[in-house]
Amino acid sequence: MYKLLLCWRYLRTRYIALVCIVSVMLGVATMIVVNSVMAGFTHEMQARINGMLGDLIFESRSMDGVLDADAHMQKIKGIAGDSIIGMSPTVHVPGLMYIDINDQLLTRQITMVGIDEATYSSVSAFGDYLQHPKNREQLTFSLREGGYDTFDHQLPDQSEQQPRTQMEQAGWWYRKQKAMLKKQRQLITASPSTESEHKNPFGVPATDEGEGRDFDMATEQHVGIVMGIGVCGYRTADGSDHFVALPGDDVRVSFPAATLPPKAINEHYTITDFYESKMSEYDSSFVFVPLRALQKSRGMIDPTSGVGKFTSIQIKLAPGANAESVRDALQNAFPAQFYMVSTWRDKQGPLLAAVNMETAVLNVLLFMIIAVAGFGIFAIFLMIVVEKTRDIGILKSLGASGSGVMGIFLGYGLSLGIVGSGVGLLLGLSFVANINEIADLLGRITGQPVFDPSVYYFYKIPTIVAPFTVTWICVGAVLIAVLASVFPALRAANLHPVRALRYE
Amino acid sequence: MSSITDPRQARPALRLSEGTSALATQPLPARVQIATRQLFKSYQKGSFGIPVLQGIDLEIYEGEFLAIVGSSGCGKSTLLHLLGTLDRPDAGEVHFDGHRIDNLPSASRDILRNKHFGMIFQFYHLLPELTALENVLAPALIAESTLGYWFRRGEHRRRAAELLELVGVSHRMKHKPRELSGGEMQRAAIARALLNKPRVLLADEPTGNLDRSTGKQIMKILGELNQQEKLTIVMVTHDPWIAEQADRTVKLVEGRIQGA
Repeated sequence: MYKLLLCWRYLRTRYIALVCIVSVMLGVATMIVVNSVMAGFTHEMQARINGMLGDLIFESRSMDGVLDADAHMQKIKGIAGDSIIGMSPTVHVPGLMYIDINDQLLTRQITMVGIDEATYSSVSAFGDYLQHPKNREQLTFSLREGGYDTFDHQLPDQSEQQPRTQMEQAGWWYRKQKAMLKKQRQLITASPSTESEHKNPFGVPATDEGEGRDFDMATEQHVGIVMGIGVCGYRTADGSDHFVALPGDDVRVSFPAATLPPKAINEHYTITDFYESKMSEYDSSFVFVPLRALQKSRGMIDPTSGVGKFTSIQIKLAPGANAESVRDALQNAFPAQFYMVSTWRDKQGPLLAAVNMETAVLNVLLFMIIAVAGFGIFAIFLMIVVEKTRDIGILKSLGASGSGVMGIFLGYGLSLGIVGSGVGLLLGLSFVANINEIADLLGRITGQPVFDPSVYYFYKIPTIVAPFTVTWICVGAVLIAVLASVFPALRAANLHPVRALRYE
Repeated sequence: MSSITDPRQARPALRLSEGTSALATQPLPARVQIATRQLFKSYQKGSFGIPVLQGIDLEIYEGEFLAIVGSSGCGKSTLLHLLGTLDRPDAGEVHFDGHRIDNLPSASRDILRNKHFGMIFQFYHLLPELTALENVLAPALIAESTLGYWFRRGEHRRRAAELLELVGVSHRMKHKPRELSGGEMQRAAIARALLNKPRVLLADEPTGNLDRSTGKQIMKILGELNQQEKLTIVMVTHDPWIAEQADRTVKLVEGRIQGA
């Protein structure tokens, strides 16, 4: 009983012990904040990656693809049909995109993905990232009348966002305005005979669709294309988005045909929507077009059978299915020199591993901070033991045992650890809860935005508080505090009562 | 010292043998409570030992008020520590109620100190973080488990309050030691020593840090405890006047009992 009483009294009267508490508290709070932010980023990133990629990706090693997706899907189903709930063939091809901005051509390197509108949403969350509400329900590659989102629908709170005012115009109305403008300019500028594609790309009808008649931009569209929001948009540091092209604009894309000798294909597309996966790697390089149209353009359709080639099949697995074992089973069934099967984690392996390693290294470093706090406790406790030598002698003369005296200091260490990590826990959790406000405040004070939305494509710092991690941090901190007090406590326990009583 | 009422205290034989060995040969009315046999103790100072006690034979009778006198450094405090099991002798034995106690394991010695011996010191040795009442309660806090103390806390507090009343500092119960005078602190220390109803009170220069009149009051309390509670008191002092208050005085010179 005296142990508790004296612990309590020492805790309340030794203000130097507050230093220990503060150091434990800061260590715990920092660890909680860092782990929550890292977990938030990791989760957000994994969700994005997995949202864009299927759970499993079955790829042809050849860029030109292999014939007959249906036959392959049939075989895949035969091998692991139980754990597969969706499959969709795609064609990936690198290309160059030309965006016309007031007669200036903006060239961008992109990856074109031909997708099957009907099945693609069954393997990825791609549909959820689209900017038109109707497209989110069912993707079509035809331009909408209007009604594109002006706020990011993936964020719950619209009040904190900068509206994307340009998107208000997007759609057929915008396309008609553009067409009208183009016609007026055609009338003003030189005779129609000298007009060329280079001067005004909008004036050039798409040859393959026109089929001999003039392409009317005001009423017709090319094949639709869904662009990454980062391909033709950019975000300034204040968090507002700007676009160099909108749904309704036409773009040109050059890409290689799947023929020998290779030939560059030049196609016109009409932007029908944007997608925003918030993975800047995807958003700034991937564009989506209808699978059949891409196969046709690249010459991937067998003229006799009409069957198209594909470069990969995205596979969605049933919840709880073991991705690794399905991957291995598929890999064994198909020749490895022609096909490659990987999970989405394999695809983003280096990135995920890097994030995990960063988290691990940060945790080691931050735990060092708590260990430093432990050494602080050690030193301060030794001091307190020396200061309390006479009291220890008194307690022993009153019949307190060595282990009892040891208990006082161990209990003292334990309570310092508990109080320190308890306050640290509250501090850390409240920091995490208000991290965006704190980041804003710091940004205002320093004039340097702490969290730059133009870098991350998130408006807010994502955080996840994992109870397991938090518990582990607190237990670790308390353990360190107790360990640091073991030696001083042992010293106190082994003090000779007579020498302790005589200590001046 | 007020009148002696207990017939056992009136020991003319002992009075006569004052200053000689307690191993008296004449028949005694009281039984021996504490006895030492050839106690030796030296302190290590660097590489050589300094002998402090060099063969002490002493018998202390139940209900006796014994004063051990001697100049400073003669080993009287060391002897008291050995009697109170705070230290172990280099050689020799200490017996309490006929049982040898100097070689007991630590746990048993802790219980002896907690339950059977009460100790008071020259510098009071109260715990500065605790109030007077809590200081008095300390032996009970040490003796009891947390739950046990919790169940009997009322009883303990009552006894502590009574003891503080007895020594006359009940008005200072809630005060910390630094707010008390020397005399009050020593009274509180006496109350603390009595809490677990010990059978022997070991006092190490109880008045050494007090002025004469306060010292007198403390001695009066000790005398009354000795007479009314039949408490055995062994007191170490260098002050002959204080020693006079005791039934019997033993003089230590250079680690030996004078005349032994």
